[in-house]
Amino acid sequence: MAAVLARDIFKTFGETPAVDGITLTVADGEFMVLLGPSGCGKTTFLRIVCGLERQTSGDLIIGGSVVNDTPPRARGVAMMFQSYGLYPHYTVRNNIAFPLRTQRIPRKEIDGKVEWASRLLGIDRLLDRRPRQLSGGERQRVALARALVREPTALLLDEPLSNLDAKLRASARLDIKQFQQRIGVTTIYVTHDQVEAMGMGDRIAVIDHGRIRQVGTPTEIYDEPADRFVATFVGTPPMNLLARGGGCLGFRPENFLPRDMIDGGHGGITEFSFRVDRSEYLGSERIVYGVIDGFDTQVITARLPPAHVAEESIRPGEWHPFAVRNSALRYFDNDGKRTSRH
Amino acid sequence: MQRAIGIAVREVSFYAAVALFVVLTAFPFYWMLITSLKTNPDLYNVTNIPFWFNEAPTLEHFKYLFEQTLFARWLLNSLVIGICVVAITLLAALPAGYSLARLTGRGGEALGIGIFLTYLVPPTLLFLPLSRIVAWFGLQNSMWSLVLVYPTFTIPFCTWLLMGFFKAMPIEIEEAAIVDGCSRLGAFVKMVIPLSLPAILTAVIFTFTLTLQEFVYALTFISSSAQKPVTLGVATDLIRGDIFFWGEIMAGALIASIPVAIAYNSFLDRFIEGITGGAVK
Amino acid sequence: MVDIVEPIVARRSPRYRFWLDRSGVLGAVFVAPAILYVLLLVGGPFLLAVYYSISAYTIYDPSWQFVGLANFRQIVQNPAFLEALENTFLFTFASQLLGLILGKFGALLLLRPFPGRKLVRALIILPWAVPIALASVAWQWMFDSLYSVINWTLIALGIIDRAQAPNWLGNPHLAMLCVIVVNAWRFFPFAIVIFLAGITSVPQDVIDAATVDGAGFWRRNYQIIMPMILPIVAIGLIFGIVFTFTDLSVVYLLTNGGPVGATSVLGFQGFQVGIVSGDVSHGAAISLFMLPVLFIVVVAMLRFIRRRDI
Repeated sequence: MAAVLARDIFKTFGETPAVDGITLTVADGEFMVLLGPSGCGKTTFLRIVCGLERQTSGDLIIGGSVVNDTPPRARGVAMMFQSYGLYPHYTVRNNIAFPLRTQRIPRKEIDGKVEWASRLLGIDRLLDRRPRQLSGGERQRVALARALVREPTALLLDEPLSNLDAKLRASARLDIKQFQQRIGVTTIYVTHDQVEAMGMGDRIAVIDHGRIRQVGTPTEIYDEPADRFVATFVGTPPMNLLARGGGCLGFRPENFLPRDMIDGGHGGITEFSFRVDRSEYLGSERIVYGVIDGFDTQVITARLPPAHVAEESIRPGEWHPFAVRNSALRYFDNDGKRTSRH
Repeated sequence: MQRAIGIAVREVSFYAAVALFVVLTAFPFYWMLITSLKTNPDLYNVTNIPFWFNEAPTLEHFKYLFEQTLFARWLLNSLVIGICVVAITLLAALPAGYSLARLTGRGGEALGIGIFLTYLVPPTLLFLPLSRIVAWFGLQNSMWSLVLVYPTFTIPFCTWLLMGFFKAMPIEIEEAAIVDGCSRLGAFVKMVIPLSLPAILTAVIFTFTLTLQEFVYALTFISSSAQKPVTLGVATDLIRGDIFFWGEIMAGALIASIPVAIAYNSFLDRFIEGITGGAVK
Repeated sequence: MVDIVEPIVARRSPRYRFWLDRSGVLGAVFVAPAILYVLLLVGGPFLLAVYYSISAYTIYDPSWQFVGLANFRQIVQNPAFLEALENTFLFTFASQLLGLILGKFGALLLLRPFPGRKLVRALIILPWAVPIALASVAWQWMFDSLYSVINWTLIALGIIDRAQAPNWLGNPHLAMLCVIVVNAWRFFPFAIVIFLAGITSVPQDVIDAATVDGAGFWRRNYQIIMPMILPIVAIGLIFGIVFTFTDLSVVYLLTNGGPVGATSVLGFQGFQVGIVSGDVSHGAAISLFMLPVLFIVVVAMLRFIRRRDI
């Protein structure tokens, strides 16, 4: 197990840059999530880390050695692919054993490790089946077992849950996180799903157009977004932004509440007149859409706890007093960068 | 009532048209069969109805073919030529098709089309210089000259065919193998080849039938009877001598046609897929 | 930020030899045998053919003497060659046209599911699958001057009289017709298969959308389906043209170019002059007359292959 360090990684396909200067440190044993919209270069970066692509420039250091020109097999990393890449002509047992066989490990030892990995993931009764006889969730576990069995220097996962249905996805998320913690392997996890990113990552690197916009813990990313992209990409519904004096004022929908639900507290509040247009009741929450007086081209959302909101304070078509705590306000400058305050 | 008659007329004319097509395509082969089983007096009597046996059928022609002619030898020659050409073709076309599909990037596409276009270079353009080259190799008038020359069209054909199949294969399996510790070569041997066995079988079958169908090079390079492949032997060697030879020729043509016809029919869909390269998606 | 604990070493482990792992290198190594084979045995002979055509080389006088375009000049003044050239175009055009019409019609028939369709398709494919040399021999027997089954049928049906039964391969016009028919017969199953592959690959929802938009059978056929399958049909047609234009086996086996050169085509002529008579240089020059047509075909092919990506 080892730390992964990327320094100024660039990758261009023809003219277009896919990775545009990424510098990233993943500590030993850390679970790093690369989060970004599709086509942002996160998968390309992951493929550079595992060696399936060669970066145009920049250095990649795994476990203290520069591996720029080292092929995947000598990097000792494991990768789990989006559709798993299971070997259809091998049994589950041979699938899991394959990475060990390529390293010419003695047979006895291989059997032991396959046993260990399959038991860890609860697939020991499937060992003699073939991949096409397995369900989606079982396939995903086999792929994970195959990735973990040889104790890789780093575990790379490329959207591993996107082929599962919503129910399985939640439990698979839990599984992956658990095994990662138990084994303590350095992990880089690529996803476009912020729920996965927030729920699993020790830290998250938000990527857009081949560049890292922010690296930080889930709390940092959510509460202290470094720029407008991160602020609007993370969070559903995204952060509300109001153009103001060449810059931008932002606040999360759950911080935008009817005036009477907020007490002044520390630092005071900022009040707005909010005209409710429509509201959606989602059981645990209510999403209210409307406009703020003076910004009537922009839809603003508020996320309210249904149990505590009086019907008349959000009646559609009327103006209501709303407010945000000043401590929850975020300011961005002209270029979208976070600034402390106007 | 009117409607029912209309439908009936349409159905009848439909099946009549189908029957017409089948007669058009299959009759020559029925003609081979019936000719090869008729006795000579039955064959060469213009007053007999030619479509059916007027005398009891006979296996005389087949017996003659195998006992009095080199037919068995020609079959063997064709088999040997076919196997050797298949081996050479696979050795060259398998890696080439894989390389063009996966390893050479943008340039690979152009190179692939270039190789495929050589399949269109006709034998009648090359037979003169090739017969010279065959002589340089000391292979004139030998069936081994065909083993040397046939790959010039089977390699381009199979490279194209296999390239198409490799492109359609999910790349993740090879990449998983590469990350799991295989070299690229190892991934090719351990993953790509076992997983593309159906495609390889298709290539083998079509290489073999292409060698059986070829006529021009065989005609140009080989004149001694014992060296001829079966197509050339049946078409050119049985005509000499006896004037009543049609029974034997048709028997020979029939025997040589059957395996090709079966092979073609069972692999036709894959063949079309390959040859058009997914022209319409 | 988290610190990197391990020191960074810029050292490559010497245990592996990685040059074959670079996809460019392995790609070149993999493709090399095929390229070499084709270069040596197609490219080389082609250049040799060009050289033959501008030399005075014959098998009796292998002198390699350079004569410029003299061979070509002599050839185009030879009426036998001009006739062969004309025959080649007629032969190619007529048999492809006939083949395409039969092919389109056959494809329409086979499109509809009916009991035994698989068997019918297998039978219809026969002429294209079976070696053309063997099928030609069967046709030769069917066109036999004395025992022709075609004549027998025509007589039995009372259409012709035994005394004036046609000598199919002995009459110049009939012989040409025979060669064309046999060649069309050989190619139309291929056309059927190509049409079928094209039509079945047109997405059903496109056809449904056209139907909903009010397109009738003919409009659907000629304004929706035909344009969509044009690339695939074009590729099939190009195959047909190349192999017909350069073929010699049907002519060689059916008529041997006769009677008196009436069915001689370029490939056959080149064979006669270059191989049978041993006049290699003139034979090569005759064969090279195929090049312009092949060139046009290749350009067309490239266009359609490119179009396919759209």
